[in-house]
Amino acid sequence: MNIHEYQAKELLRAEGVPIPHGDVATTPQEAEAIARRIGRTVVVKAQVHAGGRGKAGGVKLAKTPEETRDIASRILGMQIKGLTVHKVLVTAAEDIASEAYVGIIVDRAAKKPVFMVSPAGGIDIEEVAAKTPEKIRKMPIDTRYGLTAYQASELGWFLYDDPKKVKAVAKIMQQLYAAFMKAGCSLAEINPLVVTPAGDVVALDAKMSLDDNELDRHPELAGLRDETAEEPSEVQARNANLTFIKLEGDVGCVVNGAGLAMATMDLVKYYGGEPANFLDIGGSSNPEKVVNALRIITADRNVKAILFNIFGGITRTDDVANGIVTATKQNPLTVPIVIRLTGTNEEIAMKILKENGFSASSDMDEAVRKAVQLAKGGKAA
Amino acid sequence: MSIFADRKTTLIVQGITGRDGSFHAKQMIEYGTKVVGGVTPGKGGQTFEGTVPIFNSMHEAVQKTGANASVIYVPPMYAADAIMEAADAGVQLIVAITEGVPVLDMTKVYPFVKEKGARLIGPNCPGLISPGKTKIGIIPGRICAPGRIGVVSRSGTLTYEIVYQLTRAGLGQSSCVGIGGDPINGTNFIDCLKAFEEDPDTDAIAMMGEIGGTDEQEAADFVRKHMSKPVVGFIAGQTAPPGRRMGHAGAIISGSSGTAAEKIAAFKKAGIGVAQRPIDFVDLIRARLTRRKPSAVSSRLPAKSKAKAKATSKPKARSSKPRTIKPKPTKKKR
Repeated sequence: MNIHEYQAKELLRAEGVPIPHGDVATTPQEAEAIARRIGRTVVVKAQVHAGGRGKAGGVKLAKTPEETRDIASRILGMQIKGLTVHKVLVTAAEDIASEAYVGIIVDRAAKKPVFMVSPAGGIDIEEVAAKTPEKIRKMPIDTRYGLTAYQASELGWFLYDDPKKVKAVAKIMQQLYAAFMKAGCSLAEINPLVVTPAGDVVALDAKMSLDDNELDRHPELAGLRDETAEEPSEVQARNANLTFIKLEGDVGCVVNGAGLAMATMDLVKYYGGEPANFLDIGGSSNPEKVVNALRIITADRNVKAILFNIFGGITRTDDVANGIVTATKQNPLTVPIVIRLTGTNEEIAMKILKENGFSASSDMDEAVRKAVQLAKGGKAA
Repeated sequence: MSIFADRKTTLIVQGITGRDGSFHAKQMIEYGTKVVGGVTPGKGGQTFEGTVPIFNSMHEAVQKTGANASVIYVPPMYAADAIMEAADAGVQLIVAITEGVPVLDMTKVYPFVKEKGARLIGPNCPGLISPGKTKIGIIPGRICAPGRIGVVSRSGTLTYEIVYQLTRAGLGQSSCVGIGGDPINGTNFIDCLKAFEEDPDTDAIAMMGEIGGTDEQEAADFVRKHMSKPVVGFIAGQTAPPGRRMGHAGAIISGSSGTAAEKIAAFKKAGIGVAQRPIDFVDLIRARLTRRKPSAVSSRLPAKSKAKAKATSKPKARSSKPRTIKPKPTKKKR
C-alpha cells in the first residue's frame, strides 16, 4: 500500500526526522490559511500516488497566502498520470545548498532491507543507479540487530565530509529505519534530503510503501489508505476479498490462484485477445465470491466476453458453478460467457451448469480461444 | 528417490486443529504421509482423529515423536514464530503454507533457519509432494503420478494445471515443489534444481516462474553452468502491468526489473526450453527426453542402453519423436 507524502512525513516526524512545517489542504481556502500560519514562502505539492509531480506542474512555489490559494485552486482537481489531485501539501520552502538521497528497500536477493544513499539527490534514484552507480552506496541490514551506529556513520561519511552533517544524517537514518520497521514498510525514502545554507539537514520529500501483509498488525495505518486514489472497481473487489486489477482489454477473466490467473491472461494474449483484468477468487469454496467477481467484471463496459478458468484443488468447482448460476439469475448476462473447470467435483459442476443452460469444457486452451473469438464478435467454434 | 521428502519423512502439523490444518492433515494421512503429531498450544494431550497425538510445543512434539519435518498452517501473524519454533526444535524440513506473512518477519526468520541448518520451503506455498511416497502441504494427490519429472514452481493452481497435464500425458513426477509466491522465501529455484540434478530418479525438470525479482534469471544461469538434465520453463505474467502486485506478494514488476521478457530471455540464453502455454510442457519435455535419453520415456528399455544413451545423447533420436509441435532447437552449451 502506498501512502501520500504528507502521511509519510507525519510518520517520520513522529520519529524525530527534521521536516519543514506544513499541513495538508483539500480546498484553496485551507491552503491559504496554512500559508498564513507558516508566514513565509511555501511550496504547494499535489498529493497523488505518482512520480514526476513536479514535471506535471503539481509542485509550485508561492510567496504569499493569496498566491498559495490561487496555485492550490489550479493544482486541486488537476490530473497527474490519470490520477485526480484531491489534496495538496502546503509546506515551508527551504533554500537548498545540496541534495542527497536516503532510502531503504526490502531487497529480495539479499533477503534483507538494504539502505541506499547517494549524494546525487533530488532525481530518480533508478536513473542514478543506471548512469552513475558509483554515486550510490548500499548497505544490507540484519533486522535482528537493526541499523547499527557504525553502519549509519559509514553511510553518513559517504554523503558528507563535515562531521556535524554526518552526525545529523546518521541520526536521521536511524529515525528513518525506526519508521520503516514500525510501519512494516517495503520501501521508505527521503528524496531529497537537503542541507540548507545554514548547514541544517532537512527532509523535503518522503515516500513510503507499506507491506499489505502488515496491516492486520497496524489497524491505525490501514486507515491511511486513500481509496479516492484507486480504481473504484479495485476498491470494491478488495472489500469483497478478491484480488482484482483492472486492465484495458475486453476479455474478463475469473480464475482461482494468482499464477493461473496470470497464465490465463497470457494465454488470452497468445490467442490474439486482450485481458480486461486480473482476478483471483482465491482458494476458498464460496459461491458468494463468484457472485461478487461477476458483478465487478460485468460492470466494466469494455468487457465483451467472460472467461472462467477454474482448477479445482481446494476450490470446489461445484461451488463455482453454483455461484455462476446464482449471479446470472440475479443479473442476467449481456455478454457471452465461456467456462472452463476441472478438478474437485467436476462432474457435479458440469451437471449444475448443464441444467441451467451453460456449457463448459475442461480444456484451458479451448476455452481461452473461444473467449477471445467471442470478444471479437465472432462465433464460438 | 525424490527430493526433500520421502517415505522416511515423519511430520508434525503445526496448527493441526485449525480449519486448514485439520482438513489437510486428514488429506496427508490419507495419502500415506507419516503424520506423527500435531501442535496446538493449549491442546496438548488430546489426539487428532483419535490417532495423532497433539502437543503444546514443537520441542515437546519432536522430543516425543522424533519427527524430522513440520508443516505450518498457522495464521500469518504467528507464522514467523512457528517457523522459528520448528527450526529451534531441530526438524530438518519446514514447509510453511501460510499466505500473508509480513516480509520483514521473513528477514528475521530466514537467517535464523539457516543458522539452525534447516530447510524452509515457503511461505505462501502449496508445499511438496513425492508422488506415491509422501505429500506435505496442499497439492492434490490425485493429479500427480509417480515418475521421473521434477517440478518446481512459484505458484499453486498453475502448478496443478501443469502437473495434471504431465500426468495425463504419462509423464509422472519424482517430486513437485511449490517454493511460494512471496518476495522472501526459504527455498529458491536453484536449491530445487540442484537437488533434482543430484536425484538419480529425475530425468528432466519443469520449472514455473513468474514476474518479479531475479530468482528465475539466477536459476537460468545455474542451469547453464551446472545442469546436465534438460529443463523446460514457463513464466507467468507476460501481460502484467508494471508496479502492480499480481496476487502473489512477490509477483510485481518494480521499475523495469522483473519482467517476463527478461526472464524468458534468460531462459533462452541458458538453453531452457520455453513453454509459451502451459500445455507446451508436455511436448517440450518429451522432445528433450527422447533427444537425450530414450530410456527415460519408456522405462522398459534395459539399463545398459540407458547408460549408453546418456553418453551419446543428442540429435540421434530426433526423427523418432512422437510429437506434433516443433520446439525451437536449443543449443545446450557445456
